[in-house]
Amino acid sequence: MLEKALEGGKKYWAWVFFLGIFALSGTYWYIRQFNEGLGLTGMHRDVSWGLYIGQFTFLVGVAASAVMLVIPYYLHDFKKFGKIVILGEFLAISAVTMCILFIFVDMGQPMRIMNVILHPTPGSVMFWDSVVLSGYLFINLLVGWVTLGSDKKGVPPPKWIKPWIYLSIPWAISIHTVTAFLYSGIPGRHFWLTAVMAARFLASAFAGGPALLIILALIVRKVSKFDAGKDVIQAVSRIVAYAMFANVFLLGLEFFTAFYSGIPGHQHPFVYLYKGLDGHAELVPLMWTSSIFAIVSLVMLWIPKIRRNESLLALTCIMLFASLWIDKGFGLIIGGFVPNPFEEINPYWPTYPEAMITIGIWAIGFLVLTFLYKIAIAVREQTAGVEIEH
Amino acid sequence: MKIYNKGPVFLGIAIFLALALFPFYNNFGKTNKKPEPKTDTPAIMEYEKLNGKKECVEPKEYMRAEHMVLINNWRDAVVRDDNRGYKSSTGKRWNMSLQNECMRCHSNKKKFCDECHNYMAVKPFCWDCHIQPVEKEEARS
Amino acid sequence: MSMDRRQFLKVAGISSILGFGASAASATHPTWQPSLRPDQMDRNKDSLWAKRWAMVVDMSKFKTDGDFQKTIAACHSIHNVPDFRKPDGSVDRKLEIKWIWKSTYEKSFPGMEEGKYQSEHVKDMPFMLLCNHCTNPACVRVCPTKATYKLETGITMQDMHRCIGCRFCMAACPYGARSFNWVDPRKAANLDPAKGGKVNAEYPTRTKGVVEKCTFCTERLAVGKMPACVEAAPKGALLFGDLDDPNSEIRKIVANKLTIRRKPELGTGPAVYYLIGGGEHA
Repeated sequence: MLEKALEGGKKYWAWVFFLGIFALSGTYWYIRQFNEGLGLTGMHRDVSWGLYIGQFTFLVGVAASAVMLVIPYYLHDFKKFGKIVILGEFLAISAVTMCILFIFVDMGQPMRIMNVILHPTPGSVMFWDSVVLSGYLFINLLVGWVTLGSDKKGVPPPKWIKPWIYLSIPWAISIHTVTAFLYSGIPGRHFWLTAVMAARFLASAFAGGPALLIILALIVRKVSKFDAGKDVIQAVSRIVAYAMFANVFLLGLEFFTAFYSGIPGHQHPFVYLYKGLDGHAELVPLMWTSSIFAIVSLVMLWIPKIRRNESLLALTCIMLFASLWIDKGFGLIIGGFVPNPFEEINPYWPTYPEAMITIGIWAIGFLVLTFLYKIAIAVREQTAGVEIEH
Repeated sequence: MKIYNKGPVFLGIAIFLALALFPFYNNFGKTNKKPEPKTDTPAIMEYEKLNGKKECVEPKEYMRAEHMVLINNWRDAVVRDDNRGYKSSTGKRWNMSLQNECMRCHSNKKKFCDECHNYMAVKPFCWDCHIQPVEKEEARS
Repeated sequence: MSMDRRQFLKVAGISSILGFGASAASATHPTWQPSLRPDQMDRNKDSLWAKRWAMVVDMSKFKTDGDFQKTIAACHSIHNVPDFRKPDGSVDRKLEIKWIWKSTYEKSFPGMEEGKYQSEHVKDMPFMLLCNHCTNPACVRVCPTKATYKLETGITMQDMHRCIGCRFCMAACPYGARSFNWVDPRKAANLDPAKGGKVNAEYPTRTKGVVEKCTFCTERLAVGKMPACVEAAPKGALLFGDLDDPNSEIRKIVANKLTIRRKPELGTGPAVYYLIGGGEHA
């Protein structure tokens, strides 16, 4: 099936080439960073995690979102999702690949990565994060490949793949819970020390991931003969609507606890992010954009007339995705580190090399996605009209 | 016999040969003399005067083959177990420290460590952190 | 069970790779070779030993700014801590590395200062801060490779060889005690001979990409010396001893006098106590 990724028209190769340029530039900047150190980024003693870890956190959510298609299709026999489950699984593979790359570029001594395996530390959440992420990548590669291969041959997938599919459901929940535990289990960072961190993560994942999937399904419909179907997209959009409501609601809960309790340590990060503190308001425009996009997209999702209009739905999903990207991929990290343990404000902003490495990794992720989707689409176009059994 | 895709195939073979044979034709004409590590630093000569012979922490053959194992063990003993005294098989007690014990005698990194390392194209990264001793002139070579 | 040739080759290939890989890795990998046995190593006879090393800080004994700078310089110079400066001579806060430093009351005990009714003088009262070598440290809990860990003596130690630079410990530390090497520390002006700097040849530097912090001078304790800051500080300013020893000076102070610690409500159990009220002690 791999050969299908190498058969494409001019537009396909132009897109691959376009992504390739950014991937190469990201590689160049990473080599510079590898040689000169992470001082090339905007991180410093007070904000010791930045864009890279933010992107990692956000993409774990996107990866976990495949479960929103797997549960209805495999657990509840919602046959409509049969055609697009593969799109969700392949998106998960691409997202986990990007997660692993973001971790790698963030490490100070990446050549020592084997130390995590040679000296396992079960008490460390980060150790478990590496375990569950690797496992999730493996599961999705296995399940995606086997089910797609069976599709191509026009037969149901082998029975032994079923347990793996069922395993992927709790596993998807676990990857994002463990990632949330990276933040919610450490004392001293008020912005992160909240029991609802994992719940917020999951809610935003189950909104943002399927939203991206809707956008991708619409694009796939435009560039190929693979049409997910209007009712399928509508079903996914309802999932996004509920998940986004949960996400916005949970964020509201955070605001309540911080400001009604009146505890300065809890309030200060929110004030810094949304109003500015001690003359520092660098992130205010970005955070308000995120919040406004969130509310607007939520309202648009709720109004059936708007939701059923696919062009408006696409716009809604883009706004939603952008809102979550800002909130989780950036705001969350900065809010935990600013103000610092001494209640000082030392702001953070990514540098150009940091941004180029980030864009490079997104390009690589999209390349993986492009190749995998190309294969899936080719198989689907071959088997169009054949009812998929499972 | 018909050869399909003649152009790409022969080009691929040519590129492969160019890469695979690089180590050989790149080093044509260069000599590579046998490494001769020198153990004639002032500190070692002093030790020989006091003890009647030159000796290292462990016998020469073991050190030659396994010095990294010893160094790694020393690292864990000092940093992780907080122990700094080493009782070697020679019966003597040594202070486990790369900079302050090993390099106290072998202060001539270029003529000792680097001799074999360069020959074997080994670049240990110990020196990223551990400070190389300042090379002193040997008393006599 | 019948198998076609293709399947056989796949299974054989993968098994061989795994088999060779595992045996090669286990035979030669340094980590899986035996480490030193207990009978092969020991402590120096004059080394200092404790069950729970701790420190009492008496800020009333620091009189001038020079007292602070001398104490900090003692630590930073013997440990080759880089001093990054901007072209105008001010500290480069981005790359800054510090093991012990001078801070203010407002910053050392945030939340305890009460905004408008306290004078600037009080808010700016100096405090010496360093790693608290907590009994239940968050940094040790989160490290994925055990590159930071507790020694038997109560010190929270750092293994620069093992650190992968993930900086989880820096996120976890509630006290801002840890620094990361964002660039090669040997490029700092105080360590680079080309810029007029000098290193202490008896102690290593670190390399870019690892975290570092105060280690309560384990290398000095091992040869019977007090930590450098304790020795360089004015008499009685930094007291160092075994909290577990009922006869030690700091145990008597902590037991009988008023001391505070930073953020004790977080459960980390810091071992650096700040004495209130000064007074005479040995």
